[in-house]
Amino acid sequence: MTSARPVHFTVNGAAATVAVEPRTTLADALRNELRLTGTHLGCEHGVCGACTVIVDGAAVRGCLMLAAQAEGCEVTTVEGLGSAAHLGALQLAFRKHHALQCGFCTAGILATAHALLTDEPQADEDRIREVISGNLCRCTGYLPIIAAIMEARIAYSDVQREAAQ
Amino acid sequence: MSDVAKLLVGSAVERMEDARFLSGSGNFADDLAVEGMLHAAILRSPIAHARILAIDASAALAMPGIRSVITARDIGDVIPIIPLRLAPLPEFEPFRQPVIARDKLRYVGEPIAVVVADSRALAEDALETIGIEFEALSAVTERGASATPLFDFTEDNVALRYDAGFGNADKAFASADYVRTERFSVQRHTALPMETRGLLAEWNSSAGRLVVTGATKVTFYNRRALAQMLGLRQEDIDLIEIDVGGGFGVRGEFYPEDFLIPFAARKLARPVKWIEDRREHLMAINHSRDVACELSLACRSDGMILGLRGRIFADMGAYIRTNGGVVPAKAAQFLPGPYRIPHVSVSVEAFMTSKTPVGTYRGPGRFEANFFRERLIDMAAMDLGIDVAEFRRKNLITEEELPYPIDGLVPYEGPTSYDTGDYVEVFERALKEIGWTEKRHLQGKLIDGVRHGIGLGCFVESGGAGPKENAAVTLERDGSLTVVVGSSVLGQGLETVLGQIAADTLSLPFDRIRVLHGSTTLLDEGFGTYHSRAVVMGGSAVLDAATRLREKILERASNHLGRPNSELKIVNANVIADNGASVSFAALATDSELQADGTFSNNVRTYSYGTHAAHVTVDPRTGAVKILDYIAVEDVGRAINPAIVHGQAIGAIVQGLGGVFLDHLIYDDQGQLLNASLADYLVPTASDFPVLRAVTLELRPSPSNPLGAKGAGEGGIVAVAAATANAVAAALAPLHVEIHHLPLTPPRLWRLIKDARERRTNAA
Repeated sequence: MTSARPVHFTVNGAAATVAVEPRTTLADALRNELRLTGTHLGCEHGVCGACTVIVDGAAVRGCLMLAAQAEGCEVTTVEGLGSAAHLGALQLAFRKHHALQCGFCTAGILATAHALLTDEPQADEDRIREVISGNLCRCTGYLPIIAAIMEARIAYSDVQREAAQ
Repeated sequence: MSDVAKLLVGSAVERMEDARFLSGSGNFADDLAVEGMLHAAILRSPIAHARILAIDASAALAMPGIRSVITARDIGDVIPIIPLRLAPLPEFEPFRQPVIARDKLRYVGEPIAVVVADSRALAEDALETIGIEFEALSAVTERGASATPLFDFTEDNVALRYDAGFGNADKAFASADYVRTERFSVQRHTALPMETRGLLAEWNSSAGRLVVTGATKVTFYNRRALAQMLGLRQEDIDLIEIDVGGGFGVRGEFYPEDFLIPFAARKLARPVKWIEDRREHLMAINHSRDVACELSLACRSDGMILGLRGRIFADMGAYIRTNGGVVPAKAAQFLPGPYRIPHVSVSVEAFMTSKTPVGTYRGPGRFEANFFRERLIDMAAMDLGIDVAEFRRKNLITEEELPYPIDGLVPYEGPTSYDTGDYVEVFERALKEIGWTEKRHLQGKLIDGVRHGIGLGCFVESGGAGPKENAAVTLERDGSLTVVVGSSVLGQGLETVLGQIAADTLSLPFDRIRVLHGSTTLLDEGFGTYHSRAVVMGGSAVLDAATRLREKILERASNHLGRPNSELKIVNANVIADNGASVSFAALATDSELQADGTFSNNVRTYSYGTHAAHVTVDPRTGAVKILDYIAVEDVGRAINPAIVHGQAIGAIVQGLGGVFLDHLIYDDQGQLLNASLADYLVPTASDFPVLRAVTLELRPSPSNPLGAKGAGEGGIVAVAAATANAVAAALAPLHVEIHHLPLTPPRLWRLIKDARERRTNAA
């Protein structure tokens, strides 16, 4: 019945291999096979954005991409953005601005914002709102999320500047 | 080292929860995985009203990886019934929900069978193969719309009717200069927490013990209910609360699955996990609102309100669940609002339909009642030629009149009074914040193709329900502090707030505190989180426990240092004597921990209050509304963590705006839920409402509890429909449009504008 086959990709900088059925989504593979449970599933049909992860630099819905499609890809999840003891700049800004309450949508929003600011560290408020409008949050009303992302821009600008040098 | 005492309560400290959520190391229900775990999926009714003739699961049982298909027959001759947790009125008893359908189906989404399989995918595959033979019956989707009785013993599908009130409304109406009656309604919607429900049930057959993880809100109550249904002693069941992705009233009540999943685990003697998918969430979790009202106001010609009459009609759905009649009862109770209305008469009619059952959602009944009353106040003020702000100012209860009794509005509740506050001052503050004086000339003005409107909404709302909450604190051997509490955490930052209270009481650094909550393993008895009670009740219990522990610490330090208590003080986790000798908490607890219990009992409710104001524009060509400015001013008595209170206020405003413009559970006349997906059930996104403000005041502390706190999580939502609908109505007043019904979707507003124009043309 099961027709598991191996898929190889990189997760948060480390090589990973999962044996999954063809119908397994990337989000399920990350959560159930690799136990990276920081990525959450809110609707499983690509609307809420909670499962957003970064694949080859782009923010994608982990519930809409099959694990098999990630063959050879570089995947970054919330666990790759900084640990509890060493939060990254974006995570620190979220904590400072109380940009989360229940924390369920947070991983997807961080992944979306990280992908955005990596590409566009100068993104203005409208642009940030537009991009984050693909992620649902029921607790915060979004205002502190936008404020946190705005504040985190400077850290991404620095990274881009350093990379350019 | 500096004294850390009295610094944290009242300050916007960062939340202790956030590092784990931000790093993806939270622990939510679907993150649970244990050896030998099976997965459940639930077959739900595809039809709103039918008799079940036969269920054939043979094909499912023949599929690989399927361990069991559980139907009503497997559960036994008596199907457990979900109890009424709140407002247990006898009239509701026969309408309670069985945990699984046996003979009859009463709403789309009602559980028919549970499939347990080796994986969730296999379980879902098997659902499709189960054959159900139905005899379809007519669905009932509206009040009084059908002759079809939904239960054998009712003729009119009405579960409960009552009248309540105070004063003599008939007399007041007879003597009034002015009377107006209007009908309003708020559409059915729901809270939509981001995490769907989920449970892991583990049965230990040799010990005869059951552990259910993923519980929340009222774990101790739910344990009692589950024990009774399973025929177990409650001591043999533990409900464990882990991280919870939002509650807002709907999550954590006792649902059918709270029986079915533990039942499956015991039957199969294997751990069973169930995770609700979003589609079933929208048809299974409590719906809410869905209240209509016929409201009458009697006034003197100078605008003084003499009396109010309100008839509440509530669609309860197919069954009466744990919340009983809270939604309509609170809608009736809060109809008078923060106004001096000497004569009030209300009635409630709770009727049954073929829809998902209704329960509480943040601000239950208040969101609706404030919308109804504040709309009618604007209409009355307009009729009488009185400025809408002046009309409210004239009728708001003044501080001198507090405490102000509102007895007799809820038949199953005792006397209660609005407690403390300065309703007028908070109202004036909201006017100032929105710029009422400067902007009122904009009312109805057409500027650049859009019409401007500014609306007001005043509210008072209860919180802090009793009877009791328990806590315990332990100074561990390493000098850290463990706080346990019977309150539940649903993502609202309660760990931080309780940590702040304990830190201040014990002069202990915040990062030395761990807060455990909700689980039935922690305390003998707990009461949970609802009705904005966690800080008022749980916080006060923690304060009590920490105060007692402080005494024990001083006593032990007194022995240790050989100095009397009177010469000791606690500074930053050290006890220091007048003579300079000192001992650390860690040293005091090295040999044995120090522990103290705390409790707080209280049956007096807190009454938070405030005013919302909205400035909107409406495009009359499309019906699109834009919020230019929004201000919510609320007095919460005392804000333990102002950033958390502010965050909840902003979040609640946005949820409320969703209820005004977007959220809508749409049924057709066959009782089919038409939009059970997030692609179709709309909630606010980041680009919808970018300009919002909330002002949290601490003008008048609550006298009910030592913290002085009042409920703070719901004031942000309760007046949103009131203020926003009044703003939209003000914008469209020149077009002779009135607003009575939510949601204010562009098509509805466009239609109202068009109809008003046609009416005027025809009349002319």
